[in-house]
Amino acid sequence: MIKIENLHKSFGELHVLNGIDYEIQEKEVVCVIGPSGSGKSTFLRCINLLEEISDGAIYIDGTKVNDRNTDINKIRTEVGMVFQQFNLFPHMTVIDNITMAPMLIRKMNKHEAEELALELLSKVGLREKAYNYPQQLSGGQQQRVAIARALAMKPKVMLFDEPTSALDPEMVNEVLDVMKQLAFEGMTMVVVTHEMGFAREVADRVIFMDGGVIVEEGKPEDIFGNPKHERTKAFLSKVL
Amino acid sequence: MEFLDFRWDIIWNYRESFIRGIWVTLILTICGFIGGFILGVLLGLGKNSKKKWLYFPCKLYIDLFRGTPLLVQIFIIHLALIPTLFGHSLGFMVSGITALVLNCAAYTAEIIRAGIQSIDKGQMEAARSLGLNQFQAMRKVILPQAFRRMIPPLGNEFITLLKDSSLVTVIAANDILYAAKVVSGAYFRFWEPYLAAAALYLTLTFIVSKVVSLIERRFSIEYNPRKNKNEGRVGA
Repeated sequence: MIKIENLHKSFGELHVLNGIDYEIQEKEVVCVIGPSGSGKSTFLRCINLLEEISDGAIYIDGTKVNDRNTDINKIRTEVGMVFQQFNLFPHMTVIDNITMAPMLIRKMNKHEAEELALELLSKVGLREKAYNYPQQLSGGQQQRVAIARALAMKPKVMLFDEPTSALDPEMVNEVLDVMKQLAFEGMTMVVVTHEMGFAREVADRVIFMDGGVIVEEGKPEDIFGNPKHERTKAFLSKVL
Repeated sequence: MEFLDFRWDIIWNYRESFIRGIWVTLILTICGFIGGFILGVLLGLGKNSKKKWLYFPCKLYIDLFRGTPLLVQIFIIHLALIPTLFGHSLGFMVSGITALVLNCAAYTAEIIRAGIQSIDKGQMEAARSLGLNQFQAMRKVILPQAFRRMIPPLGNEFITLLKDSSLVTVIAANDILYAAKVVSGAYFRFWEPYLAAAALYLTLTFIVSKVVSLIERRFSIEYNPRKNKNEGRVGA
């Protein structure tokens, strides 16, 4: 579903990604772990071209993302993204946050869009917050709204960029539970995370990144239980 | 002492000049501001652009009009530019409004640019990741937020423009200051007419600043969590 070939990314002199090859199948949940600065967030942001790709190629459903003739806006409607800082639109109510893109891009009418939004809000357990503004919600609630907002476009893939890193500890689980449910329903997901418990439990495959390359990848039980690479062992011994 | 026997009756005798002056000042300022705002939005967006061919002309324009005195711009436009383009003067109104529009645009552009840049980068990323194009993201997400932050500096700009519009009197615009000049010329008295002009400008700027803070409050209400009292706030 997503195919990444020899992906390179540099910011000026700084090489953040040094050749990544990977393939993600439909309905797979892939967790990306690694020390900070390892390029895992950049890797994720390259998939929907929030970062310009320096070299290499990314294909989503066979369409080359970084191609002049590809309509990147079209691609992005198929790829949902959830950010560390939630990035809800503060000038809109929760429901308007969710209905805006479907109405604007999918040309849904207001009634349809609101029905969809309420359904998604029920799914993330926040139906009663539909008419509040984002700043009236706790961090965990905001992130769940952000997930609902991304789902409203009915994406084929969901990208999560450290979705629980900005949350107070007691709010982490409410977000992870929503993500688990999504994974269970068969959503294709790429999750950059520091939540090793989540990766171990939910991921089909785990990628360990360091220094802008994939050092090791495999089933969670192999990566966590029997890491082969020294760097993976060193990292896991610190975080587990 | 002249101080003690102010002759306010001479202002009263020329009240029609002053009233016309208020209208002319308001027309100059309002037209200048509206035109300046529209041009300023375009320039501000241009100066925010990553495209060099768009960025540099906008930057050049802003530097040019902010770096030269408005008085000089008024003379150039009234005495040189418009006669050259049209063969004759089109009157103080056209020249005056043109100068104020062009000048105001440069300052407004900087306000617009700063307002847009003050919005967190994540907002644009979130909008784009939902599939909105640059224009849609600007219109739906960035500008509505940025505009709120632009209201106070735009209000300042309006007040500045109101006061600066008095410079147009040098090309014989019959604004407030011009009325004062006429009175002082007729009676050879200087306290009364110029104090009256100052008081009129002060009154106008006072009213404008009140209106601006009213607008400011009106727009912050939409954000105000207290609007949904019954929904209750959940811990942050």
